[in-house]
Amino acid sequence: MTDFPILSALTFLPLLGALIILLFVRDGEGNKTSEKVAQQIALWTSLATLALSVQMLRQFDPSNTGFQLMERFVWIPSFNIAYIKGIDGISVWFVMISTILTPICILSAIGGVKKRVKEFMIAMLVLETMMVGMFTALDFVLFYLFFEGVLIPMYLIIGVWGGEKRTYAAYKFFLYTFLGSVLMLVAIFAMAIHMGTTDMTAMMGGKFPPQMAAWLWLAFFASFAVKTPMWPFHTWLPYAHVEAPTAGSVILAGVLLKMGGYGFIRIGIQMLPEASKHFAPLVIALSLIAIVYTSLVALAQTDMKKLIAYSSVAHMGYVTLGIFSFTEQGFDGAMFVMLSHTFVAAALFLCVGVVYDRLHTREISRYGGMASNMPRYALVFMIFMLASVGLPGTSGFVGEFLSMQGAFLANSWYALVAATGMVLGAAYMLWLYRRLFYGPLVKDDVRAMPDLNAREIAMFAPLLIIVLWMGIHPDTFRHVYAPTLEKALSAFQSHVQGG
Amino acid sequence: MVDLQSLRIVLPEVQLAIVGFVALIAAAAGGTRVTRAVGLLAIGGFALAGGTLFCPERLKFLLNGALPVFGFGTQFIDDSFARFVKALILAASALSVMLSWSYFEKNGEERPEYPVLILFATLGMMLMVSASDLLSLYVGLELQSLSLYVLAAFRRDDARSSEAGLKYFVLGALSSGLLLYGISLIYGYTGKTDFLSLASALRNHGLMEPGVVVGMAFICAALAFKVSGVPFHMWTPDVYEGAPTPVTAFFAAAPKMAALAMFTRFLLLPMNGLSAQWHQIIVFVSIASMLWGAFAGLVQGNMKRLLAYSSIANVGYLLVAVAVGGQPGVQAMLIYLSIYVLNTLGAFAVVLCLRRNGKAVDAIADLSGLSKTNPAVALAMTILMFSLAGVPPLAGFFGKYFVFLSAVDAGMVPLAIVGVLSSVVTAYYYLRIIKVMYFDEPKGALDPMPDWGVKSVLGLASLAMVVLTFVPSPLVDAALRAARGFIG
Repeated sequence: MTDFPILSALTFLPLLGALIILLFVRDGEGNKTSEKVAQQIALWTSLATLALSVQMLRQFDPSNTGFQLMERFVWIPSFNIAYIKGIDGISVWFVMISTILTPICILSAIGGVKKRVKEFMIAMLVLETMMVGMFTALDFVLFYLFFEGVLIPMYLIIGVWGGEKRTYAAYKFFLYTFLGSVLMLVAIFAMAIHMGTTDMTAMMGGKFPPQMAAWLWLAFFASFAVKTPMWPFHTWLPYAHVEAPTAGSVILAGVLLKMGGYGFIRIGIQMLPEASKHFAPLVIALSLIAIVYTSLVALAQTDMKKLIAYSSVAHMGYVTLGIFSFTEQGFDGAMFVMLSHTFVAAALFLCVGVVYDRLHTREISRYGGMASNMPRYALVFMIFMLASVGLPGTSGFVGEFLSMQGAFLANSWYALVAATGMVLGAAYMLWLYRRLFYGPLVKDDVRAMPDLNAREIAMFAPLLIIVLWMGIHPDTFRHVYAPTLEKALSAFQSHVQGG
Repeated sequence: MVDLQSLRIVLPEVQLAIVGFVALIAAAAGGTRVTRAVGLLAIGGFALAGGTLFCPERLKFLLNGALPVFGFGTQFIDDSFARFVKALILAASALSVMLSWSYFEKNGEERPEYPVLILFATLGMMLMVSASDLLSLYVGLELQSLSLYVLAAFRRDDARSSEAGLKYFVLGALSSGLLLYGISLIYGYTGKTDFLSLASALRNHGLMEPGVVVGMAFICAALAFKVSGVPFHMWTPDVYEGAPTPVTAFFAAAPKMAALAMFTRFLLLPMNGLSAQWHQIIVFVSIASMLWGAFAGLVQGNMKRLLAYSSIANVGYLLVAVAVGGQPGVQAMLIYLSIYVLNTLGAFAVVLCLRRNGKAVDAIADLSGLSKTNPAVALAMTILMFSLAGVPPLAGFFGKYFVFLSAVDAGMVPLAIVGVLSSVVTAYYYLRIIKVMYFDEPKGALDPMPDWGVKSVLGLASLAMVVLTFVPSPLVDAALRAARGFIG
């Protein structure tokens, strides 16, 4: 079993499923049987991938802080580019969130996506391949390949299955992220030339001269700041989220935004420590602005999805704040916020999707009083809403607490500003809940909506369990990444002080 | 006296010439009835020449010993670089004949001259690639150009096609004039025309007469015209739009490669000593082409015009590699060229699929809803467009990767940054095509898919863009070998 290339299998299994659907499922708009077959193949492929990823988690040894399950194949030897895969404590959870969310998204799409079902399933599976591939890549060319490859299926998902302004949103999403990434590509060239290889494991630990490192850092920042997104590079996000179909928003918030945070840790902290230290004030300032400003913007939203989109920007502010506080708690908190936000934001977008599938509007004012006719839905929504606010006992609390603690240790003023953001976060989420679920149930179409059905419950149940589990016993999740992060931090500290 | 050693080197060209004359006689005797047979003959001729090209012991029964590098004195050079580019040219020509399989027939204009002209144009290109003397360079270029002028005006009853041919001819003649003037200046100041003695004269004796530099600049202008680099690109959109689509596909592929290879050899071999002078010219043309090709393409409504601007931008990227020079630059250029040529031929194959009510249409809007009416073509086009945009994981990304890597390695970081930023701008128009195919509603059914020729080119190109991602190494290594053998 040790020789089995499990990471490659994880990466390419969804692609295989997509190929099977592409080649063997007959075309035909509205052909119910072929649509069903495509849905089933996609669902079972993603579940098989999930099972395989659980196996990967079992093989993973948390006490080992190096890269594990390494695979290395010859790819372009004359340029020293190899196909290298491996995971450490940091990336293992990102692989897991990709494989957990994909089947949930496919489940939601089985009810939500009505047109071009076959193509949608193919796009979702290709997207999963790209995500898993990106988090397991340890060669820069491979990393970039998957990092950018995500854009292709996502562009199509937003553009084909999106809402009214989907074309604009799809363009904006693609061009913004592409613009950020090409600068990263130039930085990758410079690193490859400096090191003579594109092996990422060989680049860890401040091996670049300071001035070069500063330029490299800025180029990577251009890409990750757009992807994360950080204020003021976030403007593509509200459009992409609002116009994307539910499954697209879920993946976007759940996994794609994490690529930025992952990049900051992997490349910013591990490869360019001095430059990260140098630019930390900039990142922290932008994070604090994001936390407060986007929370205020969220308060003013009348569209449910937009509100949650802005709250995502604020949450990612905690992530960058935690990372660039360079404290143990800050790192830990950033990682936990990312994991928690994955499930909470995914669940909230799915919640929006539930009522959107029924009434086809995301205007908050069109709803109201749903607590009386949709009690199960109201309960589910409430739990996720409170997790987003950071109620103790849910996943949101642990991450935000740790991240704030890290910020406090670095500078107590940071924590003060960030805490303001938490208060605002509670305000906009609770207000949203009040407007949606309380008050009189006056609108007939809202009254006529049925409560959650079995498929929807199947979709929420795993998320609910994870969110509560993360809140009650965070160590189940923490113990996997904590040793690796600790080692990353101590390596970082020794470089910054020693260099 | 027959120079047998030289004949050994030019054997592929000789074969092509013989096939060309046979095809010509057959065409004259058979008329329109033999169009398809002549087409097959041409494809066979390309395959034969391609096979001979890589046969290391050409005509061994006549002469033993290693194949010489130079032939006919120093007129003709046969290095691994030339062989690589010639193989690409032969493949592109064969695919172009396949693309035209039933195009003219549908208009009732099928004529057997078409494959014959392609044969002679290809012969001219092969001479260009192997030219190692200003005179053989000129002869090859003119043989190619004269065939191309006729091809551009091939639909002689069509006003736009005739206009394209005429425009191309007038401007092409102008550039030939510039070329000849440049050659005469260089000859006048150095007394030499062959590349090797020019190289040593310019390198060793510090022969920096202004006249030589002016001559070099004239030749650069003429060659920039042939590769359609800004500011000598003006003919490109008009000729691309007006010429019959299979001819446009041919223009975008084969002659571009030949002119670029010749350009590279001219700059890196005889003009190596003047690299400080020509470097500025190439960098300027490169940046101007990348930016103009990107921004002017944004407003196009016609597929063929759009692909014309796309080809201008791509020439800009290729010239980045030329400016880098040396083995890394040549290797990057060859990788880029190989991927680009397939990519662009595939894109033109899609344009050839666009027929409505028996008439060829070529507006971007005509692609609308293609993903519903013809999912396979739409998928292939999506792959090709993302690849042209340089979005990984498709092969087009690797082309850009190696070009800009070589630029950064040579210390030309600003050039690389302009390049990657302009590729973001071009991404917008490639995305627009995908948007039209996938996001928009169909405008009405298209005619059924055309013949096997178009289908196989489209399938081959789009498949190659995916397969090359998984196994790029053979191409990269072949380009490396070719670049190592480059005599410059």
